[in-house]
Amino acid sequence: MNDTNSMKLIENHKTTGEPFSKDVKISARNVDVFYGEKQAIYDASLDIGKNEVIALIGPSGCGKSTFLRTLNRMNDTIDICRVKGDILLDNENIYGAHVDTVPLRARVGMVFQKPNPFPKSIYDNVAYGPRIHGLAQSRVELDEIVEKSLKRAGLWNEVKDRLHAPGTGLSGGQQQRLCIARTIAVDPEVILMDEPCSALDPIATAKIEELIDELREKYTIAIVTHSMQQAARVSQRTAYFHLGQLVEVNPTEKVFTKPEHKLTEAYITGRFG
Amino acid sequence: MTKPTANTMTNNFEKNSGLTTRDKVEKSLARRRAKETRFRLYGMASVLFGVLCLIALFTDIASKGTAAFKQTSLTTSITLDGDYLNLTKDSTVDEIRFANFDGLIKRHFAKEMKPKSRSDKRELFKLLSSGAGWQIQEMLIADPTLVNSSITFELLMDDDVDQWFKHDRQLSTAETNDRLSDKQLNWLSQWIEQDRLDTHFNTLFFTNGDSREPELAGIHGAIKGTLLTLMVTLILSFPIGIAAAIYLEEFAPRNKLTEIVEININNLAAVPSIIFGLLGMAIFINIFGVSRSTPLLGGLVLTLMTLPTIIISARAAIKSVPPSIREAAYGLGASKNQVVFHHVLPLAMPGMLTGTIIGMAQALGETAPLLMIGMVAFVVDVPGFINDPSTVLPVQIFLWSDSPERAFLERTSGAILVLLSFLIVMNTTAVILRRRLERRW
Repeated sequence: MNDTNSMKLIENHKTTGEPFSKDVKISARNVDVFYGEKQAIYDASLDIGKNEVIALIGPSGCGKSTFLRTLNRMNDTIDICRVKGDILLDNENIYGAHVDTVPLRARVGMVFQKPNPFPKSIYDNVAYGPRIHGLAQSRVELDEIVEKSLKRAGLWNEVKDRLHAPGTGLSGGQQQRLCIARTIAVDPEVILMDEPCSALDPIATAKIEELIDELREKYTIAIVTHSMQQAARVSQRTAYFHLGQLVEVNPTEKVFTKPEHKLTEAYITGRFG
Repeated sequence: MTKPTANTMTNNFEKNSGLTTRDKVEKSLARRRAKETRFRLYGMASVLFGVLCLIALFTDIASKGTAAFKQTSLTTSITLDGDYLNLTKDSTVDEIRFANFDGLIKRHFAKEMKPKSRSDKRELFKLLSSGAGWQIQEMLIADPTLVNSSITFELLMDDDVDQWFKHDRQLSTAETNDRLSDKQLNWLSQWIEQDRLDTHFNTLFFTNGDSREPELAGIHGAIKGTLLTLMVTLILSFPIGIAAAIYLEEFAPRNKLTEIVEININNLAAVPSIIFGLLGMAIFINIFGVSRSTPLLGGLVLTLMTLPTIIISARAAIKSVPPSIREAAYGLGASKNQVVFHHVLPLAMPGMLTGTIIGMAQALGETAPLLMIGMVAFVVDVPGFINDPSTVLPVQIFLWSDSPERAFLERTSGAILVLLSFLIVMNTTAVILRRRLERRW
């Protein structure tokens, strides 16, 4: 299938499947994203339910990362990026006139593609968020938060003896778990993950996937991934993006066994991507 | 013309087409290797040229300059005749300052060498430095009880004697310049026979201000002026430059105005430094009435000159902070200020400091703008603070290089050596700072 064919299939497309859910944490409605003149997302509407893992998949350049970044306004840091439409977090529009991105990002945390620990100690990496948001009243409390976060990220046993060693000295997989620990130290409600395993080896990937499954109990997670196996393993729902269109949203099982849309089928069977 | 060319091309092609790809690669290999070797040779030649120039420069300056660190003096025993000087052990400093030490020295040497006529006397006294009296005066101020006792000290010789003793003494009289008469040379050889004439480390060069007499001229005033000027420059340009760089890089809206400001900062870095001197004269002296020749004014002018360098290097340092670090901080909910001051600034600091030190090194060697604001004045006193008239090292070098005396040529090179060592220290600091502070991510 080539691009012209697929363009025809998604012209004036209405998302197929079940983009909306009942127990909503984030709901995006009619979201358009522009980079300067270029439109990157066309009219995407999607609900993300509480305590679920939603996987955003699609070929490169389809807008899945862009969509993810609109959910905590990380796109604000890009000058030419404009977002139209509404994104509601617990029924509050995060693009409202008086919304401050600082508390928003404390509620909607993010883990990036490449592990990006600060060039500080492991302890300071995790403690940074709680420090700037004033989450700990005392040193003891801060120590507790750091320990709890590292434990929850499954890193505690590996680093407890060298908390003051630089975070950049860890292995790639450990660094990424450190970044996850750093994110959950702020106690967010939603965690956005932008291809968190793409720079990691299979063993580190397996650990992170396990971790995602555990984190679901407490957090809502949206994960962008290029690996369909990963999407199948960790997510409850899957959203398929294609050329800026949200093509299909369905329970993960359904997407990978009986996709509704031709393009989804083409993608998961490996005809492009 | 085109036809034969086309023919050879087809021939070549046919010939080549008989070869395998591997053969073709092998064939081109020799050419590529030769090209590489040639390029490496060019590179080595240019590096060699640079190194040779540097060696030539340094040996020239060092060979001329090191002599400035030695000064010829005459071991002299003299009685400090209290009656002649009108001094007692209890004399005050003021009384000592007014005492006639020059007369005492002249009387001493007239007795010792017994010149026959008045003109002989004049020639004899010319051999001694006019600073000799001042030497005794200093000793007496330090210890007034020396009055009426006999002291032995190293009496400063005139710069002509100094030059002759250091450089020309082995030459025949015909070859030396005729600054010294036969009579004078005769006296000098007497002193040499008595083993009294010798060179010592030239402390005066480091403790005195400028002087008309080369043997009394030193760089203390210039060094102090330089340090005060650089201090003013650093205190002003570092915070202003860093703040401007952070604002432009992180906070300024991307619009026409910002763009114009940015372009002009880059342009300012290329403005000839004398223009900054003129600007400083027009603004700081004429409008704000800052007094001329002072380190304060010099520092202000050099700040204007250094700012673009600091801003440009600081912005480059900020730009080189990886975006992933910013994203990480923003993703945690850090505010813009927190991102800048907790993450960007610490990571950019080594680059900023390096840029600042390079800017300061530039300011250290700057002469032209300071000429415009009167720092070229002949200042004997060592400046106490930033509002005292003073000069700076490069201007001192410029002043001395203009003097006709041979001894000043020596001192010019000596001062250049001092200036260069300052520069080397600063640049080494820059490199070490960068190594120390640089963090890997």
